[in-house]
Amino acid sequence: MSFTPDHKHLKRRANRDRRFRIYSYSAIMLAGAFLVFFFADIVSTAWSAFEQAELRVEVSYNEEALEMGDYALDEDVSYLVSRGFTRLIPNMIRKDRQLIGTSEEKWVLADSEVDQYLKGKPNRLHKNERKLVDKMRAEGRARLAFNTGFFINGDSKLPEMAGIAAAAVGSFYVLLITLAFSFPLGVATAIYLEEFAPDNRLMQIIEVNINNLAAIPSILFGLLGLSIFINFMGVPRSSALVGGLTLSLMTLPVIIISTRAAILAIPDSIREGALALGATRWQMVMTNVLPLSLPGILTGTIIGLARAIGETAPLMIVGMMAYIPEAPEGVVSATTVLPAQIYTWSSDSMRAFTERTSAGIIVLLAVMLLMNGVAIYMRNKYETKW
Amino acid sequence: MTTGTVLLYLFCGLVPLSVVAYFLATKRTYSVKFEGETFHSTPGSYGWYAIVCTLSPALLASFVAAVLQLTGLVEVPATALLAVILTLAAAGLWLGVLTVKPSLKARSLVEGLIVKMLFVASLVSIFTTIGIVLSVTFEAMKFFDVVNIWDFVTGTTWNPDEAVAGRDVQGVFGSIPLFAGTFMITAIAMVVAVPIGLFSAICMSEYASPAFRKVAKPALEILAGIPTVVYGFFAAITVSPLVVHAAEYFGLQADYTNALSPGLVMGVMIIPLISSLSDDVISSVPNSLREGSLAMGAYRSESIKSVVLPAALPGIVSAFLLAVSRAVGETMIVVMAAGLRANLTWNPLEGMTTVTVRIVDAFTGDQAFDSPETLSAFGLGLVLLVVTLLLNILSLVVIRRFRQQYE
Repeated sequence: MSFTPDHKHLKRRANRDRRFRIYSYSAIMLAGAFLVFFFADIVSTAWSAFEQAELRVEVSYNEEALEMGDYALDEDVSYLVSRGFTRLIPNMIRKDRQLIGTSEEKWVLADSEVDQYLKGKPNRLHKNERKLVDKMRAEGRARLAFNTGFFINGDSKLPEMAGIAAAAVGSFYVLLITLAFSFPLGVATAIYLEEFAPDNRLMQIIEVNINNLAAIPSILFGLLGLSIFINFMGVPRSSALVGGLTLSLMTLPVIIISTRAAILAIPDSIREGALALGATRWQMVMTNVLPLSLPGILTGTIIGLARAIGETAPLMIVGMMAYIPEAPEGVVSATTVLPAQIYTWSSDSMRAFTERTSAGIIVLLAVMLLMNGVAIYMRNKYETKW
Repeated sequence: MTTGTVLLYLFCGLVPLSVVAYFLATKRTYSVKFEGETFHSTPGSYGWYAIVCTLSPALLASFVAAVLQLTGLVEVPATALLAVILTLAAAGLWLGVLTVKPSLKARSLVEGLIVKMLFVASLVSIFTTIGIVLSVTFEAMKFFDVVNIWDFVTGTTWNPDEAVAGRDVQGVFGSIPLFAGTFMITAIAMVVAVPIGLFSAICMSEYASPAFRKVAKPALEILAGIPTVVYGFFAAITVSPLVVHAAEYFGLQADYTNALSPGLVMGVMIIPLISSLSDDVISSVPNSLREGSLAMGAYRSESIKSVVLPAALPGIVSAFLLAVSRAVGETMIVVMAAGLRANLTWNPLEGMTTVTVRIVDAFTGDQAFDSPETLSAFGLGLVLLVVTLLLNILSLVVIRRFRQQYE
């Protein structure tokens, strides 16, 4: 008896094997392609927001301009200049009366429609206005300059004036509060569960509960924050405090889980060494376990915070998407955060806000990637094989 | 006096008092009075003991005051509270330092207290869960007082705008279209995420070289880290028009707020969740199983399909369930791209709305807080909570019951 391989059958199997392998690689490639497409799309939309149109115009300070800034400008130009600038003129005169009667030529912020026109995008300028802008550009009196205002201004109803500074400060406050509450609580919980907890029913419930908490939809944390912190405890709505508290409850399980993993990775020989020298359990934790697991704990914390900085839904529920143009003065004053700012801009109908949304997204992504990068770097650098 | 200044004064009062307590207590362990006697603990422990004695009455007092304030029983004037707290702290300091003597087991006391505090910290997660359940349930009860729960579960029209002042609220809060929308978008997301995520995991754990893996894994993690508001913007601005144009190309009519685009983008969002969880379980299948299969003459793909994947199945199923619960609860993508119209349809090219969209919408309108529309958000939240909790528990049960133990 001899074995005769069925070549047709073998070939089919080999083909099937090759196809399966190709599928698996193409799945990853597909995900990678999406990532590339996504970043290319966001960056290309956002690119133009980092430039802002400016016009060089004659500003003549006079009595009428004290009432309305428009009178300081040439009539046909005044429609092209941002209302954000013309509104400033009366104040400038009030501050310095000497200005009346003088005039000066300077670069001022252009209206968003002019901005869009100069960038070659659809706009609502009239034909003769376009002609005027073209003429000014030919004379070198219209230009696109780097948009510093985007980084130092707060929100505004005028796209050319809107910036992310206020939201960035708000995000910073919220993150600070999140860290202040979730880090100590999370590390304490993890230490207790890993080093001190008896093995009983209650501890099992706590463990299952932490895993559950990590998988509860974020919007439900918003409902919790609304009814506990705002309605029951009376924390002011839209404040960095209520946002931070809400997010810290969300970040807590992330920190607990990663801290537990970091503590678990430390071999028992180290604990036994400390105990053998006469240390109490707490001393063993303080002097050996915690310092050695600190890199892991910090990595987990940074990842948790990176997630918190992009979180929007629960913050919307606790009122952080109102129109708040100024940076908060403290943790109880109303504030907005970067993702909420992005959401507000994205739902605005004015076209110039679209590029600003993308630019805000780039800033948010940059912060988030930076945090994740630091976390990955720390993990690689301090990774110890015991 | 504002809360801020009170806190500042407290800080300025309590911190120096603690330092003094520490200093006095440690100093006392060196004093001539106890010459020749051996102290039970190190001087530092006595210092901490004195700090605990100083702070605990002050903290207790401020806690009581906070509770009184919250329940609205007594309005404690800030200045009086400040004075009481500082007096208590000073008294505690005096008492603490005075009780320092060689036989006092300061270290055991302090460490016992620390462990208790750690225990209390670990209860916070439980309280959070209880808080979510209770707050959502209580508000949902108020909603179900107004709206018949049966109508809510079985009604097919969701039109809360009809429920304005004085009108009859029956019949406008039927949640079935919202669940249909949620289900539709979740299903689309799963159709995208499960094959891509699973094949990516297979690729990374079975085929990829270490170098390729080192690039691919963090790249997938980037996908997981992108904020959902960004995905939502991307779905609304870029994907929706693409879907509409594609539909036109095939001669179909698509809304700009169709269910397909948030579903697709949500699928991409979920890929890393499925791939990294599946990668973990696939990698933990022992090599002896693969080698046994390969030694029998099976191709790589055949051994993956008939040995590795079945062995990893419980983990994969649990990853799938977690992904479903993530998709059901996802908010920003659907808020920005799915539309607001409750629409009961099988056509993913039409606009549909989901549970989470209506929750957000209820809070961003100008409704009074106790209006039926706002309260309906809590009713929906309750259902969302129950569904996600069930999915989470199910995934835990699957992994616990069916996980195979390999030696």
